[in-house]
Amino acid sequence: MGVAVSIDRVEKRFGPLRALDGVSLEIAEGEFFGLLGPNGAGKTTLISCLAGLARPDAGRLSVLGRDVVGDYRAARRLLGVVPQELVFDPFFSVRETLRIQSGYFGLRHNDDWIDEILANLDLTAKADANMRRLSGGMKRRVLVAQALVHRPPVIVLDEPTAGVDVELRQGLWQFVQRLNREGHTIILTTHYLEEAETLCGRIAMLKQGRVVALDSTHNLLARFSGHTLSLRLAPGAQLPAALRARAGERGGFWQLRLSGLDEVEPLLAGLRAEGCAIDDLRLAQADLEDVFLGVMQDAPEMPDASGGPPAGRGR
Amino acid sequence: MTGFRTLLYKEVLRFWKVGFQTVGAPVLTALLYLLIFSHVLDRHVQVHGVRYTAFLIPGLVMMSLLQNAFANSSSSLIQSKITGSVVFVLLPPISYLEFFLAYVVAAVLRGLMVGVGVLLVTGWFAPLDFVAPFWILAFALLGGGILGAFGVIAGIWADKFDQLAAFQNFLILPLTMLSGVFYSLHSLPAFWQRLSHFNPVFYMIDGFRYGFFGVSDVAPENSLAVVAACFLAISAISLAMLRSGYKLRS
Repeated sequence: MGVAVSIDRVEKRFGPLRALDGVSLEIAEGEFFGLLGPNGAGKTTLISCLAGLARPDAGRLSVLGRDVVGDYRAARRLLGVVPQELVFDPFFSVRETLRIQSGYFGLRHNDDWIDEILANLDLTAKADANMRRLSGGMKRRVLVAQALVHRPPVIVLDEPTAGVDVELRQGLWQFVQRLNREGHTIILTTHYLEEAETLCGRIAMLKQGRVVALDSTHNLLARFSGHTLSLRLAPGAQLPAALRARAGERGGFWQLRLSGLDEVEPLLAGLRAEGCAIDDLRLAQADLEDVFLGVMQDAPEMPDASGGPPAGRGR
Repeated sequence: MTGFRTLLYKEVLRFWKVGFQTVGAPVLTALLYLLIFSHVLDRHVQVHGVRYTAFLIPGLVMMSLLQNAFANSSSSLIQSKITGSVVFVLLPPISYLEFFLAYVVAAVLRGLMVGVGVLLVTGWFAPLDFVAPFWILAFALLGGGILGAFGVIAGIWADKFDQLAAFQNFLILPLTMLSGVFYSLHSLPAFWQRLSHFNPVFYMIDGFRYGFFGVSDVAPENSLAVVAACFLAISAISLAMLRSGYKLRS
């Protein structure tokens, strides 16, 4: 397998803010790769650099060996990007939009492929509707279609399911998984960690412009193997200080990472001894969300990385 | 060149789809100017030995052409920047030169359509000669090109609609209105005559009008030299902005 995307020590500053602080990644052809991180971690900036929408201050990026700056024409032909923002050109119908987008990539007679994309994204009935008349979910599908008109071997989806209903999300993932099976490399950023866990073979986590974790999804989950005990305490009850130090709070529940199930009993016994009443209790296997939170907590803060406010989404 | 052709096609389709507003409206505005000014002045004024209405028509044609060339590229760019759809032309392998040419040629085409429209509705009001068609065409193309390229600069620079409106109302409108569309420069006091010579639009109008009547305030060769130099300068600035990715690629 060759290298689909190579990102080598890429740096990008916006004034005092280091949006990307020496990011290096290699994504192999045919991978389904996840790019995760909190808002402002640099995911969209990294994608912008790859797509030529932003210019890195240092480092190199290439798509299938083509440098995105020096050989930008070839690199852009190999790359399809679904942008994060729900943008559209209000002057045109769906089919016009896709024909125009094909033309930008040098394709003049692309209707067969356009029809196939429309069918796969369940847009055939809307082909002649003006973009303005489409619902948000439909517009999102057209964005996906626009990214695919030139059959790019590498496809980047930047938060493609934000604000999209469950049905469309399922349909979209089936289509993207099919493209992946057919050999397309997929790079996905998403806030839905469940999606990343199900879809991505490998994941990079970004924090403050740095890669803080990079491994196969399987290994990442194994790193945090074990279980999470979630406790909601009765009103007025206090978690003992010893537990509080290793617990995180999420949605009114204290969450404790356990190395094994044999920890449960002594833990509950300890709480009983302290007179700490419990309202609700859940035991769950670690998922990517736990891994994500763990990685983000463990990764060192970079006090010098940001002099300003955190980077907004959609750079 | 398919990228260029498609972008040009898209830009033409964009204004054509709202042609009532982008072509029809400026033609009507020019017609109103003509009706009012010729009603008031035609019996009293002759310029360069030409009836006032006849004198006015080429000026109105060129003024409309120029204003609409500017409006086309600038408003298309600011709209796509504000809605974010500019990303669709930034992601494909389109060079900055293709980008520039597509926007400028589309602007010239809109300008020409408006210009021809104005000529068609106003040409009935006075006999027009077409003494030197080459000059008419040369000034129309170069003038439209200058304002189209200037529109690219303004559209890229402006972040908000009101910034672009300021550009249009405080620069383009005065420069075109005070360029000798409605009068000959020779009728102005000496100071304003001298000042008007610093207005590049004056040369566009004056040279364009020469093509109709064979008379002008300035020799058409001189006007053409000034206009061509302006076109090169504005294009160079516009191309440099696009090449650097200023405000388009962060």
